Amino acid sequence: MERQSNREGIKGWLNPGRYGLERIAYWLMRLTGLGLLLYFIAHVFETSSIVNGKEAWQKMLELTQTTEGHIILTIVIGMCVFHTANGIRVMLGHGGVGVGKPGRPDYPYKPASLNSRHKLCILASIGLAALAMMYGLAVLFGD
Amino acid sequence: MIKLQESVIMKIHYGTALGAVVLVAIHILFRMTQNFSESLQFESVIVNYQFLPYAIMLELILVLLSIHGFNGLRVILLELKQGVGYEKAVNYGCIAAIAILVAYGSRTILMAGFGM
Amino acid sequence: MAAITPKLSDELPSTIVSPTSSVTLRISKFNPKTDSSSSIEEFKVPVQKWTTVLDVILSVKQHLDPSIAVRYSCRQASCGSCGMKINGKPALACYTKISELNSSVITVEPMNNFPILRDLAVDFTQFFSTHKKVRPYIIRDDSEISEETKELLQTPKEVEEYLQFSYCIKCGLCNSACPTMATDSSFIGPQALAQAYRYVADNRDAGKKDRLKIIDDSHGIWRCHFAGSCSQVCPKGVDPAMGIQLLRGYLLGFRK
Repeated sequence: MERQSNREGIKGWLNPGRYGLERIAYWLMRLTGLGLLLYFIAHVFETSSIVNGKEAWQKMLELTQTTEGHIILTIVIGMCVFHTANGIRVMLGHGGVGVGKPGRPDYPYKPASLNSRHKLCILASIGLAALAMMYGLAVLFGD
Repeated sequence: MIKLQESVIMKIHYGTALGAVVLVAIHILFRMTQNFSESLQFESVIVNYQFLPYAIMLELILVLLSIHGFNGLRVILLELKQGVGYEKAVNYGCIAAIAILVAYGSRTILMAGFGM
Repeated sequence: MAAITPKLSDELPSTIVSPTSSVTLRISKFNPKTDSSSSIEEFKVPVQKWTTVLDVILSVKQHLDPSIAVRYSCRQASCGSCGMKINGKPALACYTKISELNSSVITVEPMNNFPILRDLAVDFTQFFSTHKKVRPYIIRDDSEISEETKELLQTPKEVEEYLQFSYCIKCGLCNSACPTMATDSSFIGPQALAQAYRYVADNRDAGKKDRLKIIDDSHGIWRCHFAGSCSQVCPKGVDPAMGIQLLRGYLLGFRK
């Protein structure tokens, strides 16, 4: 059936580079969204230990305040910053903001919607995420 | 049950995102008011929960992020596979997940904040 | 591997100039009626600076394997028939020169997200049905062909609002590149959405409300995430991603 429909399937989401930076941003947005949802559920669960008193809270802290825990938190910081910054770009784009104006297309037909402003915003989102991760590392491992 | 139009759902998706960005930023800044590991000590966290405006903010973050996160998951799942039964299960499953997470998180906020 | 030698070109002495190089053409072969999976056949083909992928495929079909199923017509990127995956990306075979691929191995496969009829020919039934779904025509109560009416005049500015979207040749490359189409069989697709915008943006049209209702569905416009792959592969500069975002602007209240 899959062969008949010839849909690319999930592997169509992989190898995003062949369609340019915007496709990489799409892929990262999805990945960071799923990662953040997982973290959010885990965070709600871990913080619930506070209702069981100081001992339970300390036990949970010991579990998360480890090198691995700090690395995970640093990745979460990066995901959060990218998802936010790129999300704002995508949201504005979805409203038709910054996607260019319709006009007479001329060869070589460079699409106006995939303009340098968007590319710059994607790169800035990645850059901001990297900076936030560095700051996170400094705070988490600096203590 | 009222069937929300997809445009209404997506407007909620964008709205919850914007709201959550502001509130999560405040939530993180609160961790920065003192040394990071100190801010996570039991006493400091309990004080946060017992400060009503902060507790309300936590509840709002919980609701906003649950809706945004599970609607995002719903979108991904709807795009992955199609079928009337499957799509119904995804839609209702995500509503149930939001309700469970909000209920569980609210329980923590109420119990820690008001010593219930 | 079969190869075309320059000697075979004796049939067409006026069109074949001595080849400057050769490439390996890998063609995906699949017949859903008889095969359980696709296979790749390789051919060595002489090429020149201006040889297109379609030229190479037709050359192989003419000289080495007449069974190759390929759809083509105008050979000048106007009919939208020869869309296929060329070295992993959807493109028009007649519009892709071998020289611009920077590879001595050219792999041609049928477009993804379309059912395969045979080899490189794919089924456009669903594609045209989603195209029709958005009512791709001017909707209005009066008509310019009925009596006592006149031609519907537009300023150049009004024409520019939709002109580029009317250049769509329905080749299907955008639908083939779309990441949502890769998994969502119910998604209306970038081609149909861009056409919905083409008519919504036309000031002669009065069907905006109807079309916005059609696309505001769980597998409608909201399943586009502005990955831009459709615009990346469009051979006519239609820029479906722009049309879709502008169209969504109406639903979000950014546009009136």
